[in-house]
Amino acid sequence: MSNRNTGLAVEADGLVRSFGSTRALDGLDLQVPAGTVYGLLGPNGAGKTTAVRVLATLLRPDGGQARVFGHDVVAEADAVRARVSLTGQYASLDEDLTGAENLVLLGRLLGLGRPAARQRADQLLAAFGLTEAAGRQVKKYSGGMRRRIDIAASILNTPDLLFLDEPTTGLDPRSRNQVWEIIRAVVAHGTTVLLTTQYLDEADQLAGRIAVVDHGRVIAEGTPGELKSSVGSGTVHVRLRDAGERTRAEQVLRTALGVPVQLEADPVALTARVGEDGTDLEAGEQAARALGELARAGIVVDDFSLGQPSLDEVFLALTDHPAVGADERDDELEAAR
Amino acid sequence: MSDTATTTGRPPSVYVPSAEALATVLAPGERPPRPGALSASLTFGWRALLKIKHVPEQLFDVTAFPIIMVLMFTYLFGGALADSPRDYLQFFLPGIMVTSVVMITMYTGVGLNNDIEKGVFDRIRTLPVWRPAALVGMIFGDVLRYVLAAVVILGVGLALGFRPAGGPVGVLAGIGLLVIFSFAFSWVWTFFGLVLRSEKSVMGVSMMVLFPLTFLSNVFVDPATMPGWLQAFVKANPITHLVAAVRAAMAGSADATNTMWLLLWSAGFVVVFGTLTMYRYNRR
Repeated sequence: MSNRNTGLAVEADGLVRSFGSTRALDGLDLQVPAGTVYGLLGPNGAGKTTAVRVLATLLRPDGGQARVFGHDVVAEADAVRARVSLTGQYASLDEDLTGAENLVLLGRLLGLGRPAARQRADQLLAAFGLTEAAGRQVKKYSGGMRRRIDIAASILNTPDLLFLDEPTTGLDPRSRNQVWEIIRAVVAHGTTVLLTTQYLDEADQLAGRIAVVDHGRVIAEGTPGELKSSVGSGTVHVRLRDAGERTRAEQVLRTALGVPVQLEADPVALTARVGEDGTDLEAGEQAARALGELARAGIVVDDFSLGQPSLDEVFLALTDHPAVGADERDDELEAAR
Repeated sequence: MSDTATTTGRPPSVYVPSAEALATVLAPGERPPRPGALSASLTFGWRALLKIKHVPEQLFDVTAFPIIMVLMFTYLFGGALADSPRDYLQFFLPGIMVTSVVMITMYTGVGLNNDIEKGVFDRIRTLPVWRPAALVGMIFGDVLRYVLAAVVILGVGLALGFRPAGGPVGVLAGIGLLVIFSFAFSWVWTFFGLVLRSEKSVMGVSMMVLFPLTFLSNVFVDPATMPGWLQAFVKANPITHLVAAVRAAMAGSADATNTMWLLLWSAGFVVVFGTLTMYRYNRR
């Protein structure tokens, strides 16, 4: 495998795909370096799922082209399929079958003999903590277990590129951490991971580079650090005891931070972006100064936090519109028929 | 190591991903050669068998439904159309067997539609296997259901007094022709399963096609008393050819003309709807 760890795992140029009147992909460009975790970040309906489905050979693009490890996703779909796996947003295993049966079935389809497929299934079930649930139907699995068996199925043939479409959406925090650990292990063993997510912190935790997708196009690309500093490395959230103090608090914060302060819909809440042009350290210093100034002015603060910019804030900053959208796959099911 | 609350009596242990355990499954091994077309299709057929094992209720359609059909029509029409239900059965049994089995071919489309809706097909379509294997395997599984339905109907028929002159060989030949046709006809439903929006619409369209096709034929009565325009339809109907051929086989005489027609129809269904199905399958 010459380019398993080097070069580009994915190269997409101007991908276009419409469903009826919806343009799910509108000239999407992407370069994913091999051997890394790459995050596609965006709201529902941004085109992330459609992009993944085109790259995984499930959908043909209407325009543009894409190569996976140098193979065209349309003309050389079989060569691409031999090297990729997809864990979709929706259950992609047969729910009527048991976990073990699903894995043996896939092993057989990937060319393993019956004993080898069984052995591989047992190995995977053990590694993913599912040995006890091996004989249970997948529809009886919990959300976290289902994700794990899905990912186990996807690495059955140790793919060179693994697509994970919103792997943690709807999971509780513990299951989410488990999935993160698994993703880290997968990439450490040389598999490239292309991950879609709606959560900036997830992309930040896992991805070496991130592309922010909106309306079927990449609107920003870079390392998590680069993206965050383009938006400001943090946001200060303040909640006051007394709504009557908000005007005064706004003045204090504006003077202390030297940035515009937003008044939230909640009458006691204010937010301000900090660390506009700099480091996390600077954001921390600014936040500390803001808290100090509020105390000195005698304003009672109930809640004060410095957080990363949320996806909403990144979006607002990059697009001047909030992150909203429709569910793509529903659009697709509606329109593709 | 379950993390659900379904286990009782002891606290559920929490799964902690272990680097060593993951390392053993992630070590890139030799990639086996891709399976052949037949092997992949049979593996998908095995999936269909597993589904029957886990959801045995689905066999209701291929057992209870045919039994009801045989009993109902034998006693409903038997006295009126022949001297007795038993006499009618000699004519009617091959026809109702065809009707019941052809009716259950539509579940192929329903099952496929369900797979698409649930996302299973996404994974299957990203596998580097012979493209039609998933569908062929699915139909292999269904063929087993067709055989089962045919055998159930034969059993009921024999119990009610059906005595095929062709003996076991004739009956086997008849069932064989029926299964060949049903396999071919299933491709119509794989196409509709891919094209239509929901399980319900697949059922709706199937019923609209299957009812006229099975009733406007020689299944229930001799077409000689029908008006001319209807006779024309009945004569062209592939089900008529199938029933005539199966009837002849079970009666111990071969009907070469109708057998040829039914084989031509079968080939036509596979070529036309098999191609359309694969086109849609690859294009989605």
